[in-house]
Amino acid sequence: MDRDHATPLLEVRGVSKSFGAVAAVRDVSFPLHGGEAHALVGENGAGKSTIVKMLAGVHEPDTGVIVLDGQERRLAGPAAAQAAGIAVIYQEPTLFPDLSVAENIFMGRQPLGRFGRIDRTAMRAEAVRLFDRLGVRLDPDRPARGLSIADQQLVEIAKALSLKARVLVMDEPTAALSGVEVERLFAVARALCEEGAAVLFISHRFDEVFSLCQRLTVMRDGTWVSTDPVADLTVDQVVRRMVGRDVSTLFPKEDVEPGEVVLEVGGLSRQGVFSDIAFSVRAGEIVALAGLVGAGRSEVVRAVFGIDRYDAGEVRVAGRRLPAGSPSAAVAAGVALVPEDRRQQGLVMELSIERNATLTRLKPLSRLGLLGGRAERRSAHEWTKRLQVRYGRLADAVGTLSGGNQQKVVLAKWLATGPRVLIVDEPTRGIDIGTKAEVHRLLSRLAADGVAVVMVSSELPEVLGMADRVLVMHEGRITAELSRAEATEESVMFAATGQKEAAA
Amino acid sequence: MSTPPTAPAAPPAKADESRTRFVHKLWLAREFGIVVALGLLVLVTTLDNPAFLSPQSLRDLLLGAAILVVLAVGQTVVIISRNIDLSVGAVLGLVAFATGELLSTAPDTPTAVAVLVGIGMGAVCGVINGVLVAAARVPALVITLGTLYAFRGIDHSWAQGRQINASDMPRSFLGLGTGTVLGIPVLAVIAVVVMTVVGFYLRSYRSGRELYAIGSEPAAARLSGIPVGRRVFTSFVICGALAGLAGVLYAARFGTIDATVGTGIELQVVAAAVVGGVAIFGGSGSVYGATLGALLLTTIGSSLAVLRINPFWQQAVVGGLILAAIGLDRLLAVRAANRLRGRSSHGT
Repeated sequence: MDRDHATPLLEVRGVSKSFGAVAAVRDVSFPLHGGEAHALVGENGAGKSTIVKMLAGVHEPDTGVIVLDGQERRLAGPAAAQAAGIAVIYQEPTLFPDLSVAENIFMGRQPLGRFGRIDRTAMRAEAVRLFDRLGVRLDPDRPARGLSIADQQLVEIAKALSLKARVLVMDEPTAALSGVEVERLFAVARALCEEGAAVLFISHRFDEVFSLCQRLTVMRDGTWVSTDPVADLTVDQVVRRMVGRDVSTLFPKEDVEPGEVVLEVGGLSRQGVFSDIAFSVRAGEIVALAGLVGAGRSEVVRAVFGIDRYDAGEVRVAGRRLPAGSPSAAVAAGVALVPEDRRQQGLVMELSIERNATLTRLKPLSRLGLLGGRAERRSAHEWTKRLQVRYGRLADAVGTLSGGNQQKVVLAKWLATGPRVLIVDEPTRGIDIGTKAEVHRLLSRLAADGVAVVMVSSELPEVLGMADRVLVMHEGRITAELSRAEATEESVMFAATGQKEAAA
Repeated sequence: MSTPPTAPAAPPAKADESRTRFVHKLWLAREFGIVVALGLLVLVTTLDNPAFLSPQSLRDLLLGAAILVVLAVGQTVVIISRNIDLSVGAVLGLVAFATGELLSTAPDTPTAVAVLVGIGMGAVCGVINGVLVAAARVPALVITLGTLYAFRGIDHSWAQGRQINASDMPRSFLGLGTGTVLGIPVLAVIAVVVMTVVGFYLRSYRSGRELYAIGSEPAAARLSGIPVGRRVFTSFVICGALAGLAGVLYAARFGTIDATVGTGIELQVVAAAVVGGVAIFGGSGSVYGATLGALLLTTIGSSLAVLRINPFWQQAVVGGLILAAIGLDRLLAVRAANRLRGRSSHGT
C-alpha cells in the first residue's frame, strides 16, 4: 500500500506513561493515516485508554512524542488537543446534565454574535444540522439529564463532528449502541475518512473492527505487539496476539472434590444491566466470572449480595432463598463479598487495622453491647497472622498498608465470619506478584475447606489458573460456561467478545 | 458514498416545539413559584393592613432587600460552579468599615471613588478566596469559613471597638443610601442593574455558560478543555467585588458602622439563593431567582411585623421555606427525570 510511505497525519512515537510504580504504556508507536480507520485492540489493562488520554491531552507522555503533520506536538491539555484537531469520544459519555443538548455540543465553542454574545439561534440551528447529518432526531433544547446512554453517545458524536476534527478517536463508542445506531456512527466515520480525516477506533467487537477499519494495532500489557492492514489478518490471529503469553504456573489450585450446591442463582435480570443470569456453585469449587470491563460481572455479584436490586430471578444459599436487596441477610446466610474497589468499599481507610479486621463481627466480639478492646485485638491478631498481613502495629491506619496487605485485611474481615460463599471481585487488582500468589493460595485453601468461591476477574491467567469452571459474560449475558479443561485464553476471549466460535 | 439518511422534516417539528415549551415551563416554574409565594404573602399582609402597599412601605422593602440582592447575585455566581463563599458577610463588614474610615478622614472623596475603592477591596478579598480554593484543592466551604474569620479579625483589630457614625460622613455620600430616582431608591436601582448585568453575563457569554458546565459536571468540564481553575477563580473575584459593593451600600444606608456589621448575613445570602432555586450542587439556577429569593426573605421579615406575628418566628419561617424550596427542587428534578426518561428522545 502506498499509504505506508506517505507521512501519516498523526504518529504516536515511542510513548511511555507510568502511574506511580505501574507502567501503563511502554514505548508504543503507531501511525494514523488520513482517510483511514485504524483499530486499536487489546485486553483490559493493555493500555489502550492511556493512549486515548494522551491523544486527548489528559495525560502527557513521560517519554516519546505525538507527531502531527510531521511536527512534534505537545498536547498540554484537552483544549490544546481540540485546537490541534483531535476529537475524542470517550467510553463513558462526559456530558453536563443540567445544560441543554445544544449547549453540551458547543460548550466553550458556542457560535458568537455581536459583542461576543452567544448566538443561541445559530447554535440551535447548527445542532439541528448536525443531528440531521447523523440521521437522528434529538431535541437540542432538552437538558442532557435523562438521556439514554445511546443518546448521550450520539451527543458526543455530534460534538466530535462539530469540532471538524482531523483525527477522531473513539474509545469503545459502540458498547451502548444498538445495531442501527452503530451503522449510523460508522457511516459518519466513513464520511469523515473520505474527507481525509483519520479515525482511531477502539473496540472489543471484532466484527465492527473488521468492517470499519483498514489497519489494526494490537497492544498487550502496555506494549505494542503489531500493526498490520486488516486485510492480512483473521480474528483468530488477532485474539492470539492479544492474549499471547503463557499461563503461568503460579496458581496453586488444589483439586477438590466438589460437595453440595451452596449458591444457586436463577434467572437473575436487571433491565439494561444484565439478564437471565443462572449459575450454581458447589462447596469447594472456585467459579470464575470472566468477561470484559463493562460486561456486567460486578453488577451481577453486587445483586447477588443484595447491594443492588434486581428485577427478576432469585438467589438461593444452601437451598434457602435470599431476600433481594439485603446485604445483612446475605451475611447472615453466610455470604461474604470482597468488593472490587477496596479503598472505597472494602475498608475504612482512616481506621486502624484491627478495627477494619473486626468490622464484620462487632456483635460476637462485644459483651453487653460494648466492644471489648482486648477481644477485638485478639481476633484481629489471629486473623492477620493467619493471612500473613505485614504491618507495623495493629493500631496503624489501614491506609498505610500496601495494596496487597490491604486486600488481605479485607479478606481477613470476611473470613472471620466463617462464610459458606465467598465472592471476590478482582481480588488481585493492583497487587504485586508475590502477594498475588499468596491471595491465590488463600483462595485455593478456602475452597479446599469447603467454601464456595465466586471470583470476578479480568485477568485471564488468574481465571484459567484458579477456576474449576469459567462463566464468561458478554454485554450482560452469560455467553459460555467452560470447564477447566475447555477454558483456554482463546475460548474465553472469543466468548467475552461475543464471537460465535465460543459456542462450540 | 454513504450519506446518512436525513430525518423526515415535517412531523417532528410540532413534537419538538411542545417539548421545548415543556422544558421552558419547567425552567420558568422554579422562579414562577417564588413570584407566586411573594404575591400571596403581599396579598395576605395587605388584606390585614392596606398600608403595607403604600409607596413608602414598598420603598422600605426595596431598600431593605437591595443589599441582600447584591450579595445574593454574587453568591449565585459562585454556587453555580459548585462552590460557596461564606466570607461575604465578613467582606461586607470590612469594606463598610473601610468606607467609613475613608470618608471620615477624607470627607472630600467623591462618592464614585469611595464606591470603586470598596469594590476593589472586595475584589482583593475575592482574589484571596479564589487563589486559596484553586491552590489548596480543599472545598470552598472550608476555605471561605477560614477567610470569614480572618477578614472579620482584620476588621476587629482595625476598628479597635470604635464606631463610625453618620455625622462623620459627608452628606453627599449618605444621599446614596436615602436618595431616590423617580421614586425608586437608588440602592434598589443599583441592585437591579447588578442583577441584570450579571444575569446577562451568565446567560450570554461563553465564560458564563462555562460556570454552569463546571458546576454541572466538573470532570466533563475539564475534558472539554474548559479552564476550570481560572473560571472558578473569576467567580470568587466577582462575588468578592459585589460583597465590597454591598459594603459601601451598607455604609451609605445605615451610616453607623462598627466591626460587627454584616455578622451572619452570609447564611441569609445562601438562603436567598437556595430559596430562589439556585442548586446548591451547582449547574442550575439564575440570579433572577436568587434576587426573588432575597426579596421574599426581606418581605417575610416586614410582613410578619405587620401581621403582628412574634418576630421570633421569622427564623423558623425562613427555615421552613428553605426546606420547602429544597423539597420542591427535588420533586421537580425527579418528575423531570421521569418524564424525560419516559419519552423516547428522538423519532421511532
